[in-house]
Amino acid sequence: MIRLNMLARSFSGKRTWPLGVDAAIFGVVFAILWGITGLAKYWWGAATPEVQISRSPWALPGYAFYSVIRLFGAYFLSLVFAIGYGYLAAHRPRLERILIALLDILQSIPVLSFLPGVMLAMISLVPGHQLGVELGSILLIFTGQVWNMAFSFYSSLKSIPKELKEASKVYGFSPWQRFIQLELPYGVIGLLWNSMVSVAGGWFFLMACEMFVLGKRDFRLPGLGSYLQVAAGNGDIPAMCWGIATMVLVIVLIDQLLWRPLIDWSNRFKFEQVESADANSSFLLPLLRKSKLMTYPDKLTTFAGERLTRHFARQHWAPRAEVPVTRWTGLLLTIAALCAAAWGVVAGVHLLSGVSGKDWLTTITSAGATFLRVNISLLIATLWTVPAGVAIGFNPRLARIAQPMAQIAASVPATALFPIILVVLIQAGGGLNVASILLMLLGTQWYILFNVIAGAIAIPSELREVAKVYQFNRTLRWKVVILPGIFPYLVTGLITASGGAWNASIVAEYFHLKGKVFTAFGLGAQISAASDAGRFDLLLLSTVIMAAMVVCINRFVWRPMYRLAGTKYRLDA
Amino acid sequence: MTHAGSQPLISAQAIEKFYDTPDGGRIQVIAPLDLTVQEGEIVALLGPSGSGKSTLLRMLSGLSKPSAGKVYWSGNPENPGNLAIVFQSFALFPWLTVQENVEAPLEARAIPPSDREERSLAALETVGLAGYEGAYPKELSGGMKQRVGFARALVVEPEVLFMDEPFSALDVLTAENLRTQVIELWGDKKLPTRAIFIVTHNIEEAVLLADRIIVLGKNPGRIRTDFHVTLPQPRDRKEPAFERYVDYIYKVLTQPALDPAQFEPSADGKPARRKQQMLPHALPGGIAGLLEILFDDEAQTVDIYRLADDLALELDDILPTLEAAQLLGFVLVSEGDVTITELGKQFADGGITEKQEIFGLAAVDHVNLLNQITRALNAKKNHSVREEFFRDMLDEYFSSEEIDRQMDTAINWGRYAGLFEYDADERKFYLPEPDEPEAEPAAKAEAE
Repeated sequence: MIRLNMLARSFSGKRTWPLGVDAAIFGVVFAILWGITGLAKYWWGAATPEVQISRSPWALPGYAFYSVIRLFGAYFLSLVFAIGYGYLAAHRPRLERILIALLDILQSIPVLSFLPGVMLAMISLVPGHQLGVELGSILLIFTGQVWNMAFSFYSSLKSIPKELKEASKVYGFSPWQRFIQLELPYGVIGLLWNSMVSVAGGWFFLMACEMFVLGKRDFRLPGLGSYLQVAAGNGDIPAMCWGIATMVLVIVLIDQLLWRPLIDWSNRFKFEQVESADANSSFLLPLLRKSKLMTYPDKLTTFAGERLTRHFARQHWAPRAEVPVTRWTGLLLTIAALCAAAWGVVAGVHLLSGVSGKDWLTTITSAGATFLRVNISLLIATLWTVPAGVAIGFNPRLARIAQPMAQIAASVPATALFPIILVVLIQAGGGLNVASILLMLLGTQWYILFNVIAGAIAIPSELREVAKVYQFNRTLRWKVVILPGIFPYLVTGLITASGGAWNASIVAEYFHLKGKVFTAFGLGAQISAASDAGRFDLLLLSTVIMAAMVVCINRFVWRPMYRLAGTKYRLDA
Repeated sequence: MTHAGSQPLISAQAIEKFYDTPDGGRIQVIAPLDLTVQEGEIVALLGPSGSGKSTLLRMLSGLSKPSAGKVYWSGNPENPGNLAIVFQSFALFPWLTVQENVEAPLEARAIPPSDREERSLAALETVGLAGYEGAYPKELSGGMKQRVGFARALVVEPEVLFMDEPFSALDVLTAENLRTQVIELWGDKKLPTRAIFIVTHNIEEAVLLADRIIVLGKNPGRIRTDFHVTLPQPRDRKEPAFERYVDYIYKVLTQPALDPAQFEPSADGKPARRKQQMLPHALPGGIAGLLEILFDDEAQTVDIYRLADDLALELDDILPTLEAAQLLGFVLVSEGDVTITELGKQFADGGITEKQEIFGLAAVDHVNLLNQITRALNAKKNHSVREEFFRDMLDEYFSSEEIDRQMDTAINWGRYAGLFEYDADERKFYLPEPDEPEAEPAAKAEAE
C-alpha cells in the first residue's frame, strides 16, 4: 500500500498534487462567489419575515447554508467587537473597571432578552428589505457569542509579560506594530478556543434566533433552526432526524475544515521558550501549505502589512503637538454616556412601575424555581461526570475510546435534541417541570466532564503512587488526592456550566411542540413568554432579576472558589 | 550648552521614585539621586535585591517616568532617542523568526525591507548567529536566544545599550563565553553603541566588564559608592588588583545597613520615622545549614566570597541567609569575613529540639516582628490574632509585596521555632497548645 503510494508519487512528478489542491481551492472560491450573489439577491429582496418553511430534506442544504452564513456573520462581528472592547478595556485604565463590570452583566443577560430591542431596531434601520430581519437575527446570535471572547482577549492583553511590553516600548513600536506583533499573537490562542465555544453557543440558540414570535408578529427565517422548530411543531419525527443529521454533519465539517487547521496554525503563537512535541491533528493545513494558489493571499497580506506598519511607524515618530481636543471629546462622551444611562434607568423604572404586585411575586418565585432547577442539574451533572471523568482520565485506554465519543455527543447542540426528548418524556408522563432539568443537563454537563477529564490527567502520577504505596482506602484517596487534584478544573467546568444552565433555561422551560406551548414554572419561561407576548415590562423585570442573580452567584460563589483553586489547590506551585 | 564632547549621553538630575499609599503616606523606592553616563564608558550597577536597580534602569531608559526630577538624553528631556535594552528573560517574540525579531525595531522606524534585511543580517553576523535567521526562538538554546537579544539591540545602533542582568538566566559557561565576546567586540569598536549600562548582581561580572561601578543601598534605594575601575582589558580574575576591587565591593555590600544617612529627615520636611527592621528573606533550614558549615570549618572565620564559591552559589543567594544569621547573633560579619559566635556554635551543634529552642529565644530577642507577634498572642485572652493586624503595622514601612515577603519570612521563622502556629486558611496566628513542648521557648522569652 505504502509502496504503491510512493510509486504513484514518483511518477506523478512534483506539481501534480499541489495542482489538485489549487483546483479544489479554486472551486471553493467559485462556490463562495456563487453563494454570495444568491445571498445578496435574497437579502436585498422584499422583506418577508415569515418564510414558508419546507419540511422536505431537499431544502436542507439551502437552509444549512443560510444558517452557517448567519452564524459566521455574527461570529465575525463578535470577533471585531471583542478585540476592540478588550483592547479598550486593557489600555484605558479609567474605563477598565466600568467596561469589565459591564461585561459581567451583559454576559449574564439571556439572548432572548435582547430580542425585541435588536429586532425592532434593525427592521426600522433597513426598512423594506429582508436584510433588516436578517441583521436582527445575526445581531441576536452575536449577543450570545461575543462576551466570553471579549473577556478572553482582555485577559490575554493583561497577562502579556512585562519585559515584552518594555521591549516594544523601548524599540519605539507604534501602537499598530505593537498590536500586530505582540498583542494579537499573544491573544490568538485564547480567542480561538473561545471562538469555538462561542460558535457552539450559536448553534445552541440557533432555533431561538431564527424563528420566534414578537408580540403579534411571527418571524421565520429560512434556516436549519427554523426547519427543526417547524418539524418539532408538527411532530414530524423523520424531518427532525434529517435536520439533526444535517446539523451534526455541518458541525463536523466546520470542525474539520476550520477549527482543526486553525488550532494547528495557532500553535506557533504558543508562548513557550522550549519547543514541545505537538502532533498535528489537521489533514487540511499541510495541504493548504503546499498549494501554490495560497501564496497569493499570503503575499497580499505581507504587502499590505508592510505598508500599514511603515505608515503608522512614520506617524508614531513624527513630532506632534499635544491634542487637547481628545480630552474634551472624552469628557463630552462621558457626560453623554452618563446622561444616556440615567435616562435608561428612569425609563426602566417607569416601565417597571407598571408591573402589578402579582407579577412581581410570580417573577420572584419563578426565579427561585429556576435557581433550584439550575442547581439540581449542576448537582446531577457533577454526580455522574466526576466519577466518569476521573475514570476516563486515569485510564488512557478508556480515554482513547471515550473522549472522541464524548466530543461527538457534546457537539450536537442540545436544543436540537430537545423535541425528540420532549416527545419521549411527555409520553412517559413527566411534565416540562422535570424535563427542563434534563434539558439543562444535556446542554451543560459536557463542560464539567471535559474539565474533570483534563483535571484527572493533570494529577501527577507521583501523587497517585503515594496513595498506592501507603495503601489509602477509597475514601482517603478521593479526599486527599483526587478531589483536591481536580478541584481547579471542576470549578472551571462548574462556572461555565452554571452560566450555560441559566442561559439555557429560556429555551428549556418554554417549548413549542406539536402546535402546543409547553412551559415550566420558571424565570426562563417567564422571559420567553414575555418576549412572545410583547410584554416589555415583564421582560425587563425578569431580565434584570436573572442578570442580578447570575452576577451575584458569580461574585459570591464562583469567584471565591476560583481564587481558592488558583492558590491552595494549584498543583504547579 | 557645552560642546558635544563633554555633554553626557544621559544625565539624571534628582530623580526619585516613590508610591503614595492610600492613607497619605509614601513608600520611597529610590531616594533622589544624580547620575550621568558618559560616552565611551561601561557602567555597572550593583546592589542587593530590593535596592531598585531595575527601577533605576527603567527610569534612565525612559520606560518609566521618575516621580520627581528629570532625565536628559544628550540634553533632551523629552525624547529618550535611540536606546536599546537586553533583557534578562530575552523578551523575544516567540512567533517571529530570529530575523523578524531583529528587524522589528527597524520596522518601527519605517525602514524599507531591503535595508532591514541587510542590517539585521549584519547584526546577526556580529553576534555569531549567521545562518540562524530563519529559526524560531524556541528552537534555540538560552545563550543563542540572548545573542538574538543582543542583535536586536545592536541593529538600532543605540546611543546607550542597557542590559538588565543579561547573563543571569544562562548557565555559567555560556554566560562567561558571551561576556568575553561582548568585551572583545567593545574593545574592537565593533559594537555600534556609544556607552553600555549594565545592571547585575554578580560582583565579578561588574569588575570584569565595567569602567565604572555604582553600588546601590536599599530602603530606600540610594547610591552608596560610585568609582572607576582602572584595570586594563582583558581582566584576570586572579590578579591581586582585581581581587581588591571585588573585596571592596563585598565590604560595601555586607556592611551593616545602619548608615547615618538613614536618619536624615526626608526631603518633604516630614519628621523621620523610626525604621521598621527588615527581615532578610532566609529560611531557617538555610541558616542552620550555613552555621553547620561554618562550625565544621577549621578556621571558623571564613571569607564570604570563598564561602559562596565553595557552595557554588551567587552572592545574592547567600547574602540573605548570612544577614539573617547575623541578625540572630549567630555570626559576626566584618570586612567581608564571617565568624561564628558561641551562640552560633551551640545552635549548630544542637539537636533538633535544642536548635528550635535557641532559634526561638534569639528570634524573640532580635527580631522585632516576631517579638511583636508573640507579645500580641500572649496578651490576647484567646491567644489568637489576625494576620491583618501585623500587616497594618508594616504597612507604613513596606510595599505590599515586601509585606507579603516579610510575613512569609516571619511565619517561617516562627513556625520553625514553635513560637506560634499559623492557619493559612483563616490567616490567623495561634499560640500552640500549652501541653506541647514547642510552647517552651515562647513562654521563656516572654518571662524575660
